[in-house]
Amino acid sequence: MKTVQTVQSVPARKTSLAITNAVFVGRSIRLSLRNTEALIMAIVLPVMLMLLFTYVFGGAIDPGGDYVNYVVPGIILLCAGFGSSSTAVDVSQDMTNGIIDRFRTLPIRSLSVITGHVAASLARNLLATGVVIGVAFLVGFRTSAGFLEWLAAIGIIALFILALTWLFAAIGLVAGSPSAASGYGFILLFLPYLSSAFVPTATMPRWLQGVANHQPITPVIETIRSLLTGSPIGHHAWLAAAWCVGILLLALLWSVASFRRKAGHR
Amino acid sequence: MKNTAITIRGLRKTYGQQTVLDGIDLDVPAGTIFALLGPNGAGKTTLINILSTLTKPDEGKAAVNGHDIASERDAVKMSISLTGQFAAVDGMLTARENLHMICRLSGFSSSGARARTSELLRLFDLEASAGKLVKTYSGGMRRRLDLAVSLVARRPVLFLDEPTTGLDTVSRRALWKQITELRDEGITIFLTTQYLEEADQLADRIAIIAGGRIAAEGTAQELKSRIGEERIELLGDDEELLAAYATDGSLQDIRRTLNELAGKVSPETRIRLRKPSLDDVFVALTEAKPFEGVLR
Repeated sequence: MKTVQTVQSVPARKTSLAITNAVFVGRSIRLSLRNTEALIMAIVLPVMLMLLFTYVFGGAIDPGGDYVNYVVPGIILLCAGFGSSSTAVDVSQDMTNGIIDRFRTLPIRSLSVITGHVAASLARNLLATGVVIGVAFLVGFRTSAGFLEWLAAIGIIALFILALTWLFAAIGLVAGSPSAASGYGFILLFLPYLSSAFVPTATMPRWLQGVANHQPITPVIETIRSLLTGSPIGHHAWLAAAWCVGILLLALLWSVASFRRKAGHR
Repeated sequence: MKNTAITIRGLRKTYGQQTVLDGIDLDVPAGTIFALLGPNGAGKTTLINILSTLTKPDEGKAAVNGHDIASERDAVKMSISLTGQFAAVDGMLTARENLHMICRLSGFSSSGARARTSELLRLFDLEASAGKLVKTYSGGMRRRLDLAVSLVARRPVLFLDEPTTGLDTVSRRALWKQITELRDEGITIFLTTQYLEEADQLADRIAIIAGGRIAAEGTAQELKSRIGEERIELLGDDEELLAAYATDGSLQDIRRTLNELAGKVSPETRIRLRKPSLDDVFVALTEAKPFEGVLR
């Protein structure tokens, strides 16, 4: 039986962290689902890139028609970059439009509003990754990976998305406006092109090889590629994990410090 | 003795070179509407932010609902709601979703949050559009929702930072009515405004803030009587104000003033008898224009 409640009483203590996080994750996922253009981009972009690299560039880069097997990890990371960059805009919007002050006067840990955006970005980008892999199979991608290799590949992709998303969250926190956040984030999106994502680094000029071989994208790409195509993994896995964890920790520290500065008790 | 909801002593805040609050002392009685009236940049928002624990003061003390804003921040947060200057609601969520979210964050159970949400939607006349995205709302509806969201947890002290800025007259009066009803339920309301009429009509007590200081404090009536119940104004050829003199409005006082003026001003000078408005008080205190004028 339904009872009619008139005056609601609120417990006089802080709202639990679990509920706070659940509410903010739910909010961010709902906002993601309502942002139709971004959602369509998250699905259409991977498909377009997959088709573009396989059918337009692929023939020239690898006339044997095997390029699709080479390029899948690169496209996954490229899409993850695009997908998580919107976190900077989402975070910046919340920090600049006044809603953050409302959250800050509630009896909660208000940093959870950022955690919510990060969780939603992870979910969005894993979905986009799924789309890339699905389309890849349709255009001829073949893998030797078993269950464990898939699990490891998805693990490193998730870790990469998480690290990148926190980095974009920090950018959103320090940016003065959502459009500035979008602009700063753009620079990061060029990194995959300067890696082994689309062509082996050995084909680049020597000075560029130095950059390409020693930036985080290359070991992550090589790790995913080895897991999916069975090529020797070497030291790439450890390097990839170290880069991702390192970026994640730095981005977290940067985010928390920026959040304190902007939304702490000043 | 009346209870005091907010006590402020010697509050100072400086941003870089700029002193925003330069020693504020105030007492706000519980269950009243208190208006902080001042021009843009007078420090109104800074004061509200300090009282609602968003900003730290450089010096001074304040207590809200008996809790120190520095040492008992969580207890203060449990005692207050804040409605900021910009409607702090999610445009991409519906009114129901906005309310439900804040209910959950304020500590309501899932079913409690649903019940409270429905109650507030009804109370603020938002039931018909409860399922629409807030970005499609008019300014007045957004403000109503904003206020409803602030009242989720029924805290004893409510801060409203320029609640009616940007609203049309009808929405403004509707909001005033709701604020008055909240006061009648026993909630203390501390609001800022730059509209004299708003302070005059709505507030039980008014403090005028200018240059980071409280220039005057009292009921609207008290403030008006501070510069004389009525004034005699001397007007020039183009109706411009030459000088003004406070008067009690009695025949003898007016005659005495006019006698003093005789011979000092031209006989063609026109005079006008005027009751002071809060506007006059405001101008007098914030721009330091002389009312006991020297003749030009």
